[in-house]
Amino acid sequence: MEEKVLKTPLYQKHVDNHGKIVPFAGYALPVQFSGVIAEHMAVRTALGLFDVSHMGEVSFKGPDALANIENLLCNQYATLAIGRVRYSPMLNKQGGVMDDVLVYRMGDEEYLMVVNASNRHKDVKHILKYQFGDVQIEDISDGICQIAYQGPNAEAALKTILSDDVIPQKYYSFVNDVNVGGVNCLVSRTGYTGEDGFELYSKAEDAEKLFDILVGAGADFGLALCGLGCRDTLRLEAGMPLYGHEMDDTINPFEVGLGMFVKLEKPSFIGRQALVAAGEPRRARIGLRMIGRGIAREQFPVYHRDKPVGATTSGTHCPYIGAPIAMAIVEAPYKIEGKILKVEIRGKLVDAEVVPLPFYRRQK
Amino acid sequence: MDIREDLFYTESHEWVKFEDDTTALVGLSDFAQSELGDLVFVNLPEEGDEVAIGDTIADVESVKAVSDVFAPVGGTVAAVNEELLDAPEKINEAPYEAWLCKIEGISDKTGLMNADEYEALIAK
Repeated sequence: MEEKVLKTPLYQKHVDNHGKIVPFAGYALPVQFSGVIAEHMAVRTALGLFDVSHMGEVSFKGPDALANIENLLCNQYATLAIGRVRYSPMLNKQGGVMDDVLVYRMGDEEYLMVVNASNRHKDVKHILKYQFGDVQIEDISDGICQIAYQGPNAEAALKTILSDDVIPQKYYSFVNDVNVGGVNCLVSRTGYTGEDGFELYSKAEDAEKLFDILVGAGADFGLALCGLGCRDTLRLEAGMPLYGHEMDDTINPFEVGLGMFVKLEKPSFIGRQALVAAGEPRRARIGLRMIGRGIAREQFPVYHRDKPVGATTSGTHCPYIGAPIAMAIVEAPYKIEGKILKVEIRGKLVDAEVVPLPFYRRQK
Repeated sequence: MDIREDLFYTESHEWVKFEDDTTALVGLSDFAQSELGDLVFVNLPEEGDEVAIGDTIADVESVKAVSDVFAPVGGTVAAVNEELLDAPEKINEAPYEAWLCKIEGISDKTGLMNADEYEALIAK
């Protein structure tokens, strides 16, 4: 069966700007423009622009919107104010992480859930399966463009085109219906890079106009067009888990270090019973810094002396740190900072030290 | 794409620069470094290694992936460019200066392409 590769509304911009296009989660997206390291460093030191229109958006409207969200997600949403954003794992009935999502509270009875592109159809099916009460749930992904504008200069660049009162000040807050050079946007102070920054949502038909406006605003602030390559190295350096790597449908949120987003005090949510029954986590997510020569990639075996204790889940040479690092899921007792484990890199056992996550934390 | 007239090439994108009939430097072509992206790690062979055409003699890693380097000729590794161990980015910056190793006592050089043939290959 031939799979159809979808294009985001910014596809032509990527081609025009000589992006190296690869298939990702069913979309043709740029993996890099000027180079992964240069783009990575631009986001850490100046400003980067990413097309993240492949992400999925699901809207919840109606008197039972909140009740549906509370049932679907393990984090708490009754306390989420309008204009705020909250992260949560989404669990299956077995307590496994089937995705991780952001939820925006748009109004009294209106929420927007942002899901990973690769999980969109699975998520929507799951959400509709558990739908109850008076709520309209709609997958509006195809009509939406999302651009991430990330880096220490992001706010200064936005200030050249927006007044202060429409730039969200707090991390994980947003302002809706902002006029960005004639394009109606939701401006959100969120991101997936470990850096300060914004994510702007508009209608798909306004995508190219919004892209041009943001590229123009960033011109004096060191803006680089960024691809998926540095999106991955940035989130890895910032210790952020990624579905399909650190988490999947068989790993529970405690095992991947997301326990702080699980509110067991909520009387019920999908997966709660299984989590309670599972008890103490047997596995843990750790950070590894390579001591020996070599780069650990994902799914390389991890040993303590001769004993296999787990596997890496993501790994690369991290540009800002300037060293090879990895995340791994190992048996829980081996999560001890300073402990020396071994990673099997193409037949060779290479020493690696267990280090705290994140690998990189921005100066505030 | 930079293709040097005075070099020979392989299908796996190594270049070979003969110093005399039986001695040559080996590196990665401009096309190879461009496809691999920013290189961050290199493993080199050891002096004295006997290699046959197609043997894995080194590997190079970019931020994204690892890639093997294959012996373009048969012979003995006479020297390795240790400077690259700490500065693999030199392969990106100047692929035809950044030799990986020198092979001497070359007994087999079948299958090498000249610059025109190589240009035709990467144009495909």
